[in-house]
Amino acid sequence: MEDLTHAAWVLAGILIAFFVVMTMVAYTVLAERRILGFIQGRLGPNRVGPQGFLQPLADLIKFIFKEDIVPDKSTRFVYFLAPVIATTAALMTIVVYPFGPEVRLPILGSIHLVIARFDVALLYVLGITSVGVYGVALAGWSSNNKYSLMGGLRSAAQMISYELALGLALIGVILQSGTLDLYSIVEQQAGHLGISGWNVFWVQPLGFLIYLIAAIAETNRVPFDLPEAETELVAGFHTEYSAMKFALFFLAEYVNMFTVSMLATTLFLGGWNGPFVNRAPWLGLFYFFGKVILFLFLYIWLRGTLPRFRFDQLMSFGWKFLVPAAIVNIVLTATLQWSPVFDFVSKFLKTSVGWWG
Amino acid sequence: MHRERRKVLVVLFILFAGLAVGCAISMVAQRNPLYGAISLIGVFISLACLYVTLAAPFIAAVQVIIYAGAIMVLVVFVIMLLNVEEEERRPMRMRSLIPIAVGLAAILFAEAAFIIFFVQASPATPTRNISDVGLTSSIGAGLFTHYLLPFEITSILLLMAIVGAMTLARRGGLLPAGAGDRGSSRTVKEDAEKSL
Repeated sequence: MEDLTHAAWVLAGILIAFFVVMTMVAYTVLAERRILGFIQGRLGPNRVGPQGFLQPLADLIKFIFKEDIVPDKSTRFVYFLAPVIATTAALMTIVVYPFGPEVRLPILGSIHLVIARFDVALLYVLGITSVGVYGVALAGWSSNNKYSLMGGLRSAAQMISYELALGLALIGVILQSGTLDLYSIVEQQAGHLGISGWNVFWVQPLGFLIYLIAAIAETNRVPFDLPEAETELVAGFHTEYSAMKFALFFLAEYVNMFTVSMLATTLFLGGWNGPFVNRAPWLGLFYFFGKVILFLFLYIWLRGTLPRFRFDQLMSFGWKFLVPAAIVNIVLTATLQWSPVFDFVSKFLKTSVGWWG
Repeated sequence: MHRERRKVLVVLFILFAGLAVGCAISMVAQRNPLYGAISLIGVFISLACLYVTLAAPFIAAVQVIIYAGAIMVLVVFVIMLLNVEEEERRPMRMRSLIPIAVGLAAILFAEAAFIIFFVQASPATPTRNISDVGLTSSIGAGLFTHYLLPFEITSILLLMAIVGAMTLARRGGLLPAGAGDRGSSRTVKEDAEKSL
């Protein structure tokens, strides 16, 4: 019986997290269009509902009712499989992120605001992310279109290259925390006012920077959006996709942005830690999603600001700069872990939870 | 309650084991190399799920990251890049080998059956607490203390493979200078660079 209630809880948690993330993704798209409009000196969509607030709904209806065109000479099975892989891989990582600390609910007692807490959560995230490459690569291959194939190949090459830098950048944090469990990593980052313990301030600023760059490349966003460079490849791997299948790729891209931001928040920016969280645990949710929204804004800002890399620049930047820098970061962190001064300062910053808050 | 959990585990085992075997058969039977590769990815992922049910989450995660995420991506990449055609059905040669193959398969199955039905020597209850064995920390501690030498030897082996691959792939590395530049002997790498 206990198992059954637990399963019901997990299912409820997944449903809630799914709807929250979906809603936020939908409004990220709207925010992106409005903010890009602002950056480029135009209005952006503002007609559907007040300030364009119902635009995501209108987009969804349009996607569902558009004609679904399947190219004649496509490899049908793979063509249908690709968007499924992309979306599933994007959504599967949501379950491991700790959204908030232990909170007290009126009837149900105290619960942790995390759906699944297990030993290898971080590795799980990396594994699922690495499977996501197939969605894009297979989409490009199965469409039987040279632009799609080029887009798919580019994206596979890019994601393999930057996954390495991404994974290496995370090792610094793992070395420092001594665990792969995301909830414990967040708990360790509580310091004075819930701020001083954040990993980004303490030894990991380089790791944070490398992670951020690699994450932007991993999600195929500007300035690393070569897989879908309009000027060269029409639309890259999803050239031949229309209607809801295109929408699934679109969704996967934004969900990936979201999960990558959640991982950055969890590992580097202290997750739900912030001032006064230990007195009012529900504040944690606001801090967590606030930090995620900051990252999403950064994504949009970059898109409005930066031009695109060339493919050889992308490759040499990834392999000749990011990967060595990540290795330096690992050696640095490992060396500092040994020094007694590090230990002292680390204890001072991290363990005195709630000095003033 | 314990029995319920056991039942769930059995159902999961049948599900993922069936999936793994099905994908494996499909991998051998497919004539399109990309379908074969996709089936192999299916095998790896179902195996990872089996590891999770066996309380070895670390091995499951590593299985997905390395096999499904890295090695198979490269395989798929090469298949896409070279645009490998579907295998043609060729007339079968060396028919004399068929009885030998059948005999070997029979021996293999007999062995499996022997182990399943007659070997009862394994203890009914595991001697150590299972839940610790698959944990990341216990695996790490084991690798860097008790199994340090095999671990280092493996890493040297991998390093040798990397250096070897780089030497072979490097233009004009082992070959005399200019050997790679002639039009007829274009390498896969050059093709890849051109098409990207």
